[in-house]
Amino acid sequence: MTKQFRLPEGGRIDRERRLGFSFNGRAFRGYAGDTLASALLANGVHLVGRSFKYHRPRGIFSAGSEEPNALVQLERGERTIANLLATRIPLYDGLTATSVNCWPSPEFDLMAVNGLFHRIFPAGFYYKTFMWPVSGWKLYEYFIRRAAGLGRAPEHPDPDTYDKMNTHADVVVVGAGPAGLQAALAAGRAGARVLICDEQTEFGGQLLNERAEIDGLPAFEWVAAAESELAAMPDVRLLKHTTAFGHYDHNFVALIETRAAKISDGEGKTRQRLWRVRAKRVVLATGAIERPLIFSDNDRPGVMLAGAARTYVNRYAVRPGSRAVLFTNNDDAYRTALDLKAAGISVPAVIDVRHAPGGELPAKVMAAGIEVIERSAIVGVEGTRRVKAIEVMKMNDAGSGVTGKPRRIECDLIACSGGWNPVVHLHSHAGGKNVWRDDFGIFVPGPTVQASAAAGAANGSFSLQACLDQGAQAGAEAIKLIGFTPAKASQPRATNDPTEEPWRNLWLIPSTRPTGERGKHFLDQQNDVTAADIELAIREGYRSVEHAKRYTTLGMATDQGKTGNIPGHAILAKALGQDIPATGTTTFRPPYTPVTMGAVAGRMVDQFFDPARRTPMHAWHESAGCKWEDVGQWKRPWYYPKPGESMDDAVSRECLTVRNAVGILDATTLGKIDIQGPDAAEFLNRVYTNAWSKLSPGRCRYGLMLRDDGMIFDDGVTSCLAENHYLMTTTSGGAARVLAWLEEWLQTEWPELKVYLTSVTEQYATLSLAGPNARALLGELTADIDLSPDTFPFMSWRTGTVGGVPARVFRISFTGESAYEINVPASAGAALWTDVMHAGEKHGITPYGTEAMHVLRAEKGFIIAGQETDGSVTPYDLGMDWIVSAKKPDFIGKRSLQRADCMRVDRKQLVGLLPKNPTDLLPEGGQIVKEVLKSPPMPMLGHVTSSYRSATLGRTFALALVKSGRERIGQTVHVPLEDRSIACDIVNPVFYDPDGSRLNG
Amino acid sequence: MVESYRQQSPLDHLALTTHPARHADDAGLILGQRSFMELINLRGDANRSDFTDAVRHAVKIDLPISANTAAGKLAGPHILWLGPDEWLIVAKPGSGERMATALRNALAGQHAAVTETGQSRTCIMIGGSHARDVLAKGCALDLHPSAFGAGQCAQTLLAKAGVILHLPLAPKGAEPMFEIHVLRSFAAYLWAWLEDAAQEYGLRVDI
Repeated sequence: MTKQFRLPEGGRIDRERRLGFSFNGRAFRGYAGDTLASALLANGVHLVGRSFKYHRPRGIFSAGSEEPNALVQLERGERTIANLLATRIPLYDGLTATSVNCWPSPEFDLMAVNGLFHRIFPAGFYYKTFMWPVSGWKLYEYFIRRAAGLGRAPEHPDPDTYDKMNTHADVVVVGAGPAGLQAALAAGRAGARVLICDEQTEFGGQLLNERAEIDGLPAFEWVAAAESELAAMPDVRLLKHTTAFGHYDHNFVALIETRAAKISDGEGKTRQRLWRVRAKRVVLATGAIERPLIFSDNDRPGVMLAGAARTYVNRYAVRPGSRAVLFTNNDDAYRTALDLKAAGISVPAVIDVRHAPGGELPAKVMAAGIEVIERSAIVGVEGTRRVKAIEVMKMNDAGSGVTGKPRRIECDLIACSGGWNPVVHLHSHAGGKNVWRDDFGIFVPGPTVQASAAAGAANGSFSLQACLDQGAQAGAEAIKLIGFTPAKASQPRATNDPTEEPWRNLWLIPSTRPTGERGKHFLDQQNDVTAADIELAIREGYRSVEHAKRYTTLGMATDQGKTGNIPGHAILAKALGQDIPATGTTTFRPPYTPVTMGAVAGRMVDQFFDPARRTPMHAWHESAGCKWEDVGQWKRPWYYPKPGESMDDAVSRECLTVRNAVGILDATTLGKIDIQGPDAAEFLNRVYTNAWSKLSPGRCRYGLMLRDDGMIFDDGVTSCLAENHYLMTTTSGGAARVLAWLEEWLQTEWPELKVYLTSVTEQYATLSLAGPNARALLGELTADIDLSPDTFPFMSWRTGTVGGVPARVFRISFTGESAYEINVPASAGAALWTDVMHAGEKHGITPYGTEAMHVLRAEKGFIIAGQETDGSVTPYDLGMDWIVSAKKPDFIGKRSLQRADCMRVDRKQLVGLLPKNPTDLLPEGGQIVKEVLKSPPMPMLGHVTSSYRSATLGRTFALALVKSGRERIGQTVHVPLEDRSIACDIVNPVFYDPDGSRLNG
Repeated sequence: MVESYRQQSPLDHLALTTHPARHADDAGLILGQRSFMELINLRGDANRSDFTDAVRHAVKIDLPISANTAAGKLAGPHILWLGPDEWLIVAKPGSGERMATALRNALAGQHAAVTETGQSRTCIMIGGSHARDVLAKGCALDLHPSAFGAGQCAQTLLAKAGVILHLPLAPKGAEPMFEIHVLRSFAAYLWAWLEDAAQEYGLRVDI
């Protein structure tokens, strides 16, 4: 930091806190309160990067979110962030940043050679050049990405954390400048719940950059008083360094708050917070962004927006140049001339495109001895890495050409102003229309469907007094509309607020040659789009602003064209021979400024990404060393390997134990729905394919549910608990879906049915005992349930006490063995499990997981909804005709089953497959063909749905859906794989105990 | 009824009684658990006086009819409004079976459903000066005291767990604590999420 560039006093920097930082490997110093951009300027660094396409040297152009050039890579390693704006990074000690998009350095960039070949890089260059051959793109892309890339994404997970916060407010005020603060005060004083946010680290908005006065005092003092008044209100939330980046339907506003002062500053806080705000009213006090004048070589380092130059002087006490010229179409730039001069910067001239500017501000400038050059244009800029001088010429009356002799003026700063564009982004996000105002040549917020309104500069009212008044009015209007009464308060007066003369909108500044020759008129500095590119697009036939945008990439960079878009659209309109409102603007889309992906994820990462649902016996399974399978959100034991066992070993052992002794399965996850009401049986008749009227208390029945298209949806066993009272079970993954489905039918189609549904999935822990020793084991644990097959047959349930716990025991089986599902209160599940394991020791008990369960059921040909079915399978396809009632008048899906497509004889049907080689394991999903052709395509008959090694059968086997499968039993088919093909016999899908004697025994 | 020594809450594996934040001072967030609360899910037609009368007779509380409100005295059972024809009765451990029987008897002959669901859930308590902030990190409802005060309840999503949220009246001088009735399978997930969300405010575990 040298005295040459830092003013000796003033500014909103803390000169007691000196901070060290590094930029492109060089060490610099700045002050607390600086941004990276202001600190660089204070060190005389203007050149901060190279442009995207031509690699032209670029400097700091603005002081805010509109910055197109000063993109940096902040920090290194895992915390690095790409493409941040130097103008928006508050300086901190130890900050490290580098330029993006230049190599090896912005001073000497190898790709700058592109600039010499600009004639081969016109608009649409990529579309025109890299199209042939199509396969060449892979090669081209590699080089294009290297040449044109911006910053680099981090290569490691982000060590910082981010979170989200929901909040609600009566009034949300976006922007804490004069209008926003006034709106918040008006709402807050009336007792409304208010949220006010601003993207800057301090409140005050444009007032931070000005030598403005309110009520005779420096405007900062009014800001400080307003802020402390707001902070003292109990229901007002003030969020600094917080950008409202999106405005959505129902007045939903999304904010991103940066909470850590420096990037590595965790301190138990999240680095950034995404606020999800729901507002009754929104006041958009988002201010305005200065637009540039589009003159030849307007991108040279040292060209800056006039308001930004003033900001660097007033707010950061930095001299952005030593000799500055102003180039303007309005009076506001004259403020900059005065402020620069007051800071000791030499200001040789203000060049105004207007004829005889005569307002208060020009008069002051002339009185200060600064030359005003009227109706003139900058036609050329000397200097590539820094402005050295300009050439100025008189314009004709229309502003379409220049005349006379050029005059050379030496300068190192060109502060330009083409007027100000209201920030209509948020208004537009939420569907608001924009209206063209001819007096200024700006779009202002028009009608909106949201409960929102704009105020101040965002609304096209640029004077300080207008901002103060409109803010207060917008705040008062907002609260009145939601039932509050505005409180009386004295209103602030802007005490040095000169009136301003009209602007003269001259969208393209003429030069001595046609547009595009020699000098370039840049519109979009980040994507290197020039006025000549827009004109070329029109010559090539583009008419719509949306098409021209995509062809030229105008406004498609990370800054979304905040500075250059409106001049670009105006040039487009002129080339099309129509007016600007008819041409329109491109669509404004969230986010207003880029948002970190981490903030979008918030804390929903790692263990919080998705809940892991635990059964009451989870801890036991864990200590038994089980491997887990995810079933929906549930964690279910997959298998329990003993030391040294492979998965196959463990599953084989578990299966054989169930077949030969007894196994225990945690079946808690099955969905359970309690169904009560006088119409419960009728309800079941309608939702299941089979008949339910005759199921008596104490009995169970398997049911299949179809969707209205006749395809299988879910299955499970339903038991009659008492008259008009049933307990339905569903698949583990389908529980919530089935309940929602049933409620939908009850509430929308059959409101006349007297039925209540209640989910009781988690009320019970379910322990399933299966195997020939199951009865003997259960007999040791219960004294009050008669387990003899005659009194407690298959497909019935009894109530009693098991292991001292009240229980319902269901004699149902998914394994084909004699089996009991014991339902006990969930809190007792873990204790009972331990007791059963203890008592089961002498019966040879083993816990078994979902994999063994799948093998055991497949051996029996039992389907799993979602494995044998995929939303295109009917009961007939599965050979389950027996479960479809022909007598019932109706059930969901009945009519669809009669559709011609459902009646086709060549539909895919469930069959068994036995590989010819009994050790070959078919892959699930494998395609089945009649014969293997040399290469695909070949006619496909179907696919494998389930495939396992069976210890019981001593071989592999599979279930499959095959066209006309039942007719093909006995035939040989093939499953071609990448390196070989597996031949199989089609067989009946029941492989074990086909007559069911074990299950009933 | 299950003997109490055989009961396990879904947070038992966390050994909360030895939690390092047991005695933290100056905590902005207090977490606790009330295990084995009795819950009865009640369905019926609130427009029928025989239904509302029967409930009043059995539970000694008038059914709350306004959406998202709760009824009941400070120490006794509460009835939470869950929907136009659905309520949740919350009562102290051990009283569920008796109350369910009383309800079933009183409602005999009516189309109503009384279902015990206390085993399905556990109750996580959350209080402290930042309770609402922590909840707001994962719940989109307006939790401002003017919108969600004592005596209000809601079925909502907290982080990624469906919960029934209730702010009971607090005894004089006591800090109000929200009750979060969460399905037991989600309890461990939700507890971990709450501890994480509480970090910046300081956590005390009151068990």
